[in-house]
Amino acid sequence: MATTPSRIEPQPATATATTAGVTSGHVEVAVARTPTSPRPLRRRSEFDPVDYATMVGCAISALALGWVVFTHLTEGIGWFGFVVVVYLCFLGLFGLVTADRLGRLVATDRLATVAITSGAILLAAPLLWLVGYVVLKGLPNVTGHFFTEDQGGITPGMPATRGGGSHAIMGSLEQVTLALVISLPLALTTAVFLNETRSRLRRPVRIFVDAMSGLPSIVAGLFIFAVLILPNAQKSEVFGNNGLMASLALSVIMLPTITRTVEVVLRLVPDGLREASLALGASRARTVWSVVLPTARNGISTAVVLGIARAVGETAPLLFTSVGASLYNSNPFSGSQESLPIFVYRNIRQPLATQIDRGFTGAFVLMLIVLTLFAITRLIGGQRRTQRTARPRLVTPQEDLEP
Amino acid sequence: MTGPANDPTLPMGADLDLGADRGATATLTTGSALDLTSGPPRTVEDPLAGRRPVRLIGGPPPGAATLTARRACAWFGDNLVLENVDLAMPAAEVTALIGPSGCGKSTFLRLLNRMHELVPGAALAGQVLLDGQDIYRAGIRAQEVRLRIGMVFQKPNPFPAMSIRDNVLAGLKLARIKCSNRNELVEQSLIRAGLWREVRDRLGDAGGALSGGQQQRLCIARALAVQPNVLLMDEPCSALDPTSTRRIEDTVAELRQHLTVVIVTHNMQQAQRVSDHCAFFLATEGQPGRIVEHDTTETIFSRPKDERTLAYVEGRFG
Amino acid sequence: MMERDGRAYIRTTTPRIVEDQPTTTDRIFGFFTTAAGLTVLVLLALVGLFLLLRSRDAFDVAGWSFFKRVEWRTDIDPPEIGVLGLLVGTIEVAIIAVLIAIPLGVCAALFITDYASARWRGVLTGLVDLLAAIPSLLYGIWGWLLLSEQLAPLSKFLGRHLRWFTFFGTNDDPQFIQSMFIAGVVVSLMVLPIIASVTREVFAQTPPGEKEAALALGGTRWGMVKMVVLPYGRAGIVGGSMLGLGRALGETIAVSLLLPQLPMLTTHVLETGGATIAGFIALRAGADEFTTSGLMAAGLVLFALTLATNMVASMIVARSRSGLGVEAV
Repeated sequence: MATTPSRIEPQPATATATTAGVTSGHVEVAVARTPTSPRPLRRRSEFDPVDYATMVGCAISALALGWVVFTHLTEGIGWFGFVVVVYLCFLGLFGLVTADRLGRLVATDRLATVAITSGAILLAAPLLWLVGYVVLKGLPNVTGHFFTEDQGGITPGMPATRGGGSHAIMGSLEQVTLALVISLPLALTTAVFLNETRSRLRRPVRIFVDAMSGLPSIVAGLFIFAVLILPNAQKSEVFGNNGLMASLALSVIMLPTITRTVEVVLRLVPDGLREASLALGASRARTVWSVVLPTARNGISTAVVLGIARAVGETAPLLFTSVGASLYNSNPFSGSQESLPIFVYRNIRQPLATQIDRGFTGAFVLMLIVLTLFAITRLIGGQRRTQRTARPRLVTPQEDLEP
Repeated sequence: MTGPANDPTLPMGADLDLGADRGATATLTTGSALDLTSGPPRTVEDPLAGRRPVRLIGGPPPGAATLTARRACAWFGDNLVLENVDLAMPAAEVTALIGPSGCGKSTFLRLLNRMHELVPGAALAGQVLLDGQDIYRAGIRAQEVRLRIGMVFQKPNPFPAMSIRDNVLAGLKLARIKCSNRNELVEQSLIRAGLWREVRDRLGDAGGALSGGQQQRLCIARALAVQPNVLLMDEPCSALDPTSTRRIEDTVAELRQHLTVVIVTHNMQQAQRVSDHCAFFLATEGQPGRIVEHDTTETIFSRPKDERTLAYVEGRFG
Repeated sequence: MMERDGRAYIRTTTPRIVEDQPTTTDRIFGFFTTAAGLTVLVLLALVGLFLLLRSRDAFDVAGWSFFKRVEWRTDIDPPEIGVLGLLVGTIEVAIIAVLIAIPLGVCAALFITDYASARWRGVLTGLVDLLAAIPSLLYGIWGWLLLSEQLAPLSKFLGRHLRWFTFFGTNDDPQFIQSMFIAGVVVSLMVLPIIASVTREVFAQTPPGEKEAALALGGTRWGMVKMVVLPYGRAGIVGGSMLGLGRALGETIAVSLLLPQLPMLTTHVLETGGATIAGFIALRAGADEFTTSGLMAAGLVLFALTLATNMVASMIVARSRSGLGVEAV
């Protein structure tokens, strides 16, 4: 129950007594507030205990129904199908029972609430399942020297605890960094173009940026392969299968993602700031550089981290560009280079159990990296979030900057 | 399947059922002078004289109702914004809530039809009695209350993608109320709102294509279509031009014969023109809003008892 | 001077358009930003161009039958390659994925905007974003090694009892493990966040005045959603679904693990079999020159398909009532 507000301030005294009723001629009476003021009532949930009891009852009935049908009437459907069928039965039963009790109008509303709420929350299930699976299969075989050794001298039959993925981690690090170096300035400038200029080309560019963000990652790899590697591989090492090519392919993928996220961020910078800067005599370029970009700093950092998270997990573009290796190669400009996704992909498809385990160790590390990056974006974004005003409105618009 | 929820003659369940039609017998005065100065509220011809009202199945029992607030308080979070408001709004009369900005008039209005609780973190205390029954009592759904206490907002908000006809009928669709003659109901609601003549030929046009004043009248028609007992109006004319304001004031004057109207207004002349009773709200610095004085309109504007009321109606502040 | 009614008038006020002279800094700024913007156009054009160039070898051999042939055989001479089987598989998997993801995504979006309290809103937004952040590789591994077996009994049941429905039909003695249905289920999880994000942004822009009006008329929350939020967000739902479709069409690594990548023309989605263009290409990286040329051709088809889908989706979302304020993932 909410607490009683505890303001006890004396009020200005005004004259005359009051009449007992509330009909007419009532004038405010001066009373010091007593501690027995009415307690505030907060919004009650629409669902009363009877509703919850109904839900439990319907769940049990649905379970029983499903059990009878699938054990005695037909053959089994597997636990997944069972869960889906029982859930649908539960919804149907709940709708029917509530309709009988409260009428169709309220029943539809209750059913919608239950369906939407449960549907949304159930999304956590596959996520937890996936994360749990990777942790379960990967963690037991991850050792400290995973981060220091490569796969030199490791034969397929050796257990997954031997050797490590340091070459893969190094490769991922280098390739993603290079990709960022190539794509970030371009993405920032494009975002500035889309939001800060008045060019007529903005509309087509925006459409094409959107289109490019749907580019299949394999096509990006094919593209770099076709343009740079195929014609030039014989001529120079720089154009062979190496980390640089992979970075280029990754930057093709990162570019539209970062552009669009940054553009959203820039749009949220209030126009008043730009006007103030222009009014002080600054040029548009100066305004962007000194006012807009610094204000959007948090959002841009979020965009960058998200771009990194996306690039770190991309496998397909690497298949045609950097190809993968088993030894440590810290030179991205020559020689094939391993990276985490390729390490995982190659090992997980092998027939030997030890290979598969090895793949899982890499998968575990990959997932760890992605989750950490994600947590970082929430932290950065969270700082910005707490600066929002708390003015109560009927609907709070979702000014979420993260895609 | 029987039960309160399925019996069409008891739409709200037994709790809020108030028996037979309470239709106030209207005394009509003919000929209304176009008097824009202060004076007793005009009586206007009933444009639907002689027409039988359309019966709604599953809707509220028609007729005006009394609304009474008892020690109503409102919080936003921990912030007390309204304190101990006691106000009676008599049936078939227009009550105006006046006072400077920010003193809680709109919040109070939203307490009356249970819209206040939609704001996250909002809390309230006290009672609001509709014909003697507390609308906040456990077991009574807000949705039922809102069918009987309608609201018109400051910014006109018709559903822009729906046709004019569908807009008027939207309330029935939302509450699954059936009606014996839809076209007649649309026509009557639009006539009451003063919009019929302008849109009779284009009922299929989109609701968003009308002008501001027309949109507001469409919202009034929409609110009237479900035949509520009380109509709350939150500064309905503040965003409109004088002609539209004039038309809506005529509508309000005519409506009082059929239902209770509570109108929040910044415009003191408007309060004088349309209302029978007035309540003056005030919130001083750091204090929650309270009612300073409430009485008949004539008294408030000519012989107010409180000096702050006098200062406000004389325009010395606010 | 003007002449009118026989008298001369001098027009004293003529409107002038005032344009600021750009400074050198602004000119350089304009140049660089425009160049950056055009880079995207150039890049896209280059991608299309080079894919076309490199696929010439394949087209020389296969000709127009490339688009009509289902199998892909490079072991015979002359090799017979075709993209039809791949294309059909790509579309089937994508449609299954989108059909599952749309209701779930709209559900999540509605929950976030209209049903959740502030705390749960943040939790679910984070959940959806996290689903988007997980690499497709991990989805593929999980789906292939774990989920397939769990879903196979469901496929078997559907194939046995609902075989009157064309898509649930099976051949004799079917296997259910590496099927397009299971691939579709896994891809739906990847597509879900896109649809949820776009529809969420659109729903959040529903004018609060209209929502209030619906509630004040005596509507229930679901009534309000059905009358105001969903119609307003219709274009967003369609646009978001098409963006999701585009993503599903291009999904590579997960489907390379989940399908046997044998091109075939079939509606039996519950059974083992099928191939998608992207997955097929992924499995044949490093092949000989002719095959690679064929892969380029297939990649070109996929590129055109996803480009078209995404552009249409973008335009739908931009043209809707919610306007240009909406961004997708």
